[in-house]
Amino acid sequence: MPLTLYDKIWNDHLVHQQDDGTALLFVDRHLVHEVTSPQAFEGLRNFNRKVRQPGLTLAVADHNVPTTDRSKGISDKESKIQVDTLGSNCKEFGILFFGMDDKRQGIVHIIGPEQGFSQPGTVIVCGDSHTATHGAFGALPFGIGTSEVEHVLATQTLVQKKVKNFRINVNGKLPIGVTSKDVILQIIGTIGTAGGTGSVIEYAGSLISSLSVEQRMTICNMTIEGGAKSGLIAPDHKIFDYLKNKPMSPKNENWEKAMKYWKTLKTDEGAKFDKEINLVAEDILPMITWGTSPQDVITIEGKVPNPEKEQDIDKKNSIERSLRYMGLKADTLAKDIKIDKVFIGSCTNGRIEDLREVAKILKDKKKAAHVEAMVVPGSGLVKEQAEQEGLDKIFIKAGFEWREPGCSMCLAMNADKLKPEERCASTSNRNFEGRQGRGGRTHLVSPGMAAAAAVAGNLDDVRKYQN
Amino acid sequence: MQKFHSLQGVPAYLPIVNIDTDMIIPAQFLKTIKRTGLGKNLFFVMRYDDDGNEIKDFILNQEPYNKSKILITGKNFGCGSSREHAPWALLDFGITCVISSSYADIFYNNCFKNGILPIILEEEKIKELSEYSNRKEEISIELSEEKIIFGNNEIKFDIDPFKKKCLLEGLDDIALSLEKSKKITFFEKNLKDNKPWIFND
Ligand code: SF4
Repeated sequence: MPLTLYDKIWNDHLVHQQDDGTALLFVDRHLVHEVTSPQAFEGLRNFNRKVRQPGLTLAVADHNVPTTDRSKGISDKESKIQVDTLGSNCKEFGILFFGMDDKRQGIVHIIGPEQGFSQPGTVIVCGDSHTATHGAFGALPFGIGTSEVEHVLATQTLVQKKVKNFRINVNGKLPIGVTSKDVILQIIGTIGTAGGTGSVIEYAGSLISSLSVEQRMTICNMTIEGGAKSGLIAPDHKIFDYLKNKPMSPKNENWEKAMKYWKTLKTDEGAKFDKEINLVAEDILPMITWGTSPQDVITIEGKVPNPEKEQDIDKKNSIERSLRYMGLKADTLAKDIKIDKVFIGSCTNGRIEDLREVAKILKDKKKAAHVEAMVVPGSGLVKEQAEQEGLDKIFIKAGFEWREPGCSMCLAMNADKLKPEERCASTSNRNFEGRQGRGGRTHLVSPGMAAAAAVAGNLDDVRKYQN
Repeated sequence: MQKFHSLQGVPAYLPIVNIDTDMIIPAQFLKTIKRTGLGKNLFFVMRYDDDGNEIKDFILNQEPYNKSKILITGKNFGCGSSREHAPWALLDFGITCVISSSYADIFYNNCFKNGILPIILEEEKIKELSEYSNRKEEISIELSEEKIIFGNNEIKFDIDPFKKKCLLEGLDDIALSLEKSKKITFFEKNLKDNKPWIFND
């Protein structure tokens, strides 16, 4: 029977199929961060359990770390306890940990790929919903809760139920200035935030194959915003080239063996998908979100919706609620939305390519006077690379702040946050109420669009800024 | 884990769709290294004003809903992050049953790990039940029979048999999986032979 990529990886990891329909799946890679792990380690200690495969586990502090000068440590007491707790837990259980002063430190979904820890055909888990990022490598990633983190630490397995196969094909070429962030926003706008519930999405089609590894990560990253369990893309030579010589990639003869296996990782001709949709790349425009759910998307040429035109009462109420929160009037043009802040970073768009994209637009320009803007690189290595290329100078000259790596204003757990009613063009992945600070208003955009917004002082069409 | 058998009480009705985990418990409360103590910050932004005073209009700030064990909500409840702090906060507040027409996957799973029963019902039935909340009348949940009893009526709900068993018996997932230790060891051995690179050997 022809199989999908998801079927293949699933079958390859089956430790035990249970009568109730669930299965015990082997976990090859476990990423751990400070926020969702302390209670899991505590659970292990309470039951006198060990970490079964410490060598398949990698830990980093990212959510809580300050992005300003780190020489003074973490001033927030609770954050400090959490980060320190991760360090001591890793020591106690023998897990490799990238501490705050390690240049390999960064956002968990950025460092996994960077280190070659994320590999094709592996089951990867992390106590974080954006784990789907690693699906860009042809892996099967799952975001899990803390109880499951504890389960994986103790057993190196995860109890899962097989879900549906959903394929999203994007064919064609993207117009200039349109990026993979716009593609995924368009997809979420199309299927809705619950559109992927109960399925694993495979992204396919000529556009997807033409994307760079980093652009693929941006697409897989936001799979959870479409409600799906996981998202993946069949690996190809771009993935193999990317992984070659990464610190944790297979070496020598193991590389050859791995390559042989990796090349089998694709959906068979004729495999059955429970659901399939098609998008045409040429039709995708630069997107923004106007509301408080990632499915609230419009193009930069569009207008904020008018609840009066909505028939469905639930939807009407929800639009009204979002508009009120966002401080927007119905039918406002996207380009007339004035912004106060710009945030460039996060596991969606904090990689080197994203920063190059931003630098290209900011070169020889200045941000609007009223705008505060910052770039937070996704990892210490991204930061180093950007500095080698002189990108930091372009940012600083344009009036941006250049920060230390971490999650930062993506979720506002550290000092980086919006004040009530402040409006932000952000390259992150969630525009929920209060996500970037209480009362803060988030518009999700691509890195280029964020740069354009910083220069214009309002949301603007990145296509005008192509050098 | 606490067992779940049956439950009786006045449900609280929160008719908002797409309630995300940031709304259930905002990021500033994720700095804890404990599972308990989050209940006072449940639905923080909707529950308190900027000065930290309770907002009277919010349902969980009103009698008798401030003691509700059952929460009825709009669809796609618990979307967003994987934070188990969301079910921990519900539990710590005292809510051990949620009723909605749909949930986000990770949140749904996380509920079962904490002895919370998430019930899925059709929208129409939800509307019907919400009347009981509005009238401050009690409803009861019987997990073993998979039904909700209200007035002289009852509604059946569906639940995965394994999940049901875990809730009824308060089973520890990890202990169950560790019983399959031999199978895991066997799998690991094969893996070392067939895909040695996984172990970085
Ligand atoms: S950058 Fe944002 S979305 Fe990504 S892991 Fe950090 S907090 Fe989560």
